[in-house]
Amino acid sequence: MSYDRAITVFSPDGHLFQVEYAQEAVKKGSTAVGVRGKKIVVLGVEKKSIAKLQDDRTVRKICALDDNVFLAFAGLTADARVVVNRARVECQSHRLTVEDPVTVEYITRFISSIKQRYTQSNGRRPFGISSLIVGFDFDGTPHLYQTEPSGTYHAWKANAIGRSAKTVREFLEKHYKEEDMESDTEVIKLAIRALLEVVQSGGKNIELAIMKQDESMKILDQEEIKKYVTAIENEKEEAEKKKKT
Amino acid sequence: MTCSIFLQNKYVMYQDKMFKLSDKILLLCVGEAGDTVQFAEYIQKNIQLYKMRNGYELSPTAAANFTRKNLADYLRSRTPYHVNLLLAGFDETDGPGLYFMDYLSALAKAPFAAHGYGAYLTLSILDRYYRPDLTRDEAVELLKKCIEELNKRLIINLPSFSVRLIDKDGIHDLEKLVPVGAK
Repeated sequence: MSYDRAITVFSPDGHLFQVEYAQEAVKKGSTAVGVRGKKIVVLGVEKKSIAKLQDDRTVRKICALDDNVFLAFAGLTADARVVVNRARVECQSHRLTVEDPVTVEYITRFISSIKQRYTQSNGRRPFGISSLIVGFDFDGTPHLYQTEPSGTYHAWKANAIGRSAKTVREFLEKHYKEEDMESDTEVIKLAIRALLEVVQSGGKNIELAIMKQDESMKILDQEEIKKYVTAIENEKEEAEKKKKT
Repeated sequence: MTCSIFLQNKYVMYQDKMFKLSDKILLLCVGEAGDTVQFAEYIQKNIQLYKMRNGYELSPTAAANFTRKNLADYLRSRTPYHVNLLLAGFDETDGPGLYFMDYLSALAKAPFAAHGYGAYLTLSILDRYYRPDLTRDEAVELLKKCIEELNKRLIINLPSFSVRLIDKDGIHDLEKLVPVGAK
């Protein structure tokens, strides 16, 4: 027996409650932050503390979609797997038909239109994920986009999704400086500092992926993250000292 | 051995029949015009998709079998692909490997292989002079011997051959081979 009735219907005052509930599901997911620099794009995610016997390599919240685009998500991991798979196929399909890699905007639009379709279909519920999509177009311009369960997308200079997204976004608004974005290290440090605000127990629970122009995505390992964290802590100490004097 | 040379005024255009499937795998695809590029590019993009989904690239053996399966599936459809293939790759554990595939979807791992009319001549040369322990230079010399034979005995004049080599460091373009006396 097929379910023909749409699950997402309008409420009397014009809300799509299923979509709003999906956004609630996103707010329960672990935080992800994205920063767009001039020649580098960075995505950081909060690694939830996992059980002792679990292999933490299998928990991957940052996924490469193609050599020039990758994304991080917040919300239902299983839903994300479906979306990421479709996006990966579309990236290759695009290369096959037009012989060019996708632009970040194109693949964001594609993902958003999938999400929108599920808010207007028979018997299906919306995807419970928001995603941050970063990458470089083939002309070298960096981009950062955010998609939502409703199927909307917007471009950002820096943004956060998931649990405590509001706190992180406020931090980014306070500390984002246009001149700093020229330096790759400053961009990375901004992302890490933003995450450190909300992540328990510091650097161990952060997973960071960077992509420089004309290079493929690189996931930083624990030592590199520790280096940045110590540099940030030193800077904080110096700032405190200056304040006291 | 057919090569596609297209003369337009004074410009010579040639179609590159070798398709890079991954960093260490090359697919040489000859046959029906159109089918070659369509099939090879389709395989190429699917191999890349595997890399995106799984984080590592398919081995040459897996890629060869995947290609063969696709060819076999299309064979008994309304739109079979009439292409003959040579797949060459380097595997971290198994070393270099060459796979011969034809349009009927036969697959054979072989120490040397050839497709086309030139195969009638070159396979004998390869039979006679191939040894499993050839060094890189000896292998290139053997290839040159094959081309000399074609230059001597084949009814078609083939003026230049593009050569690629795959080793543990990936795919390398060697310089074009021009048979002596060829125009």
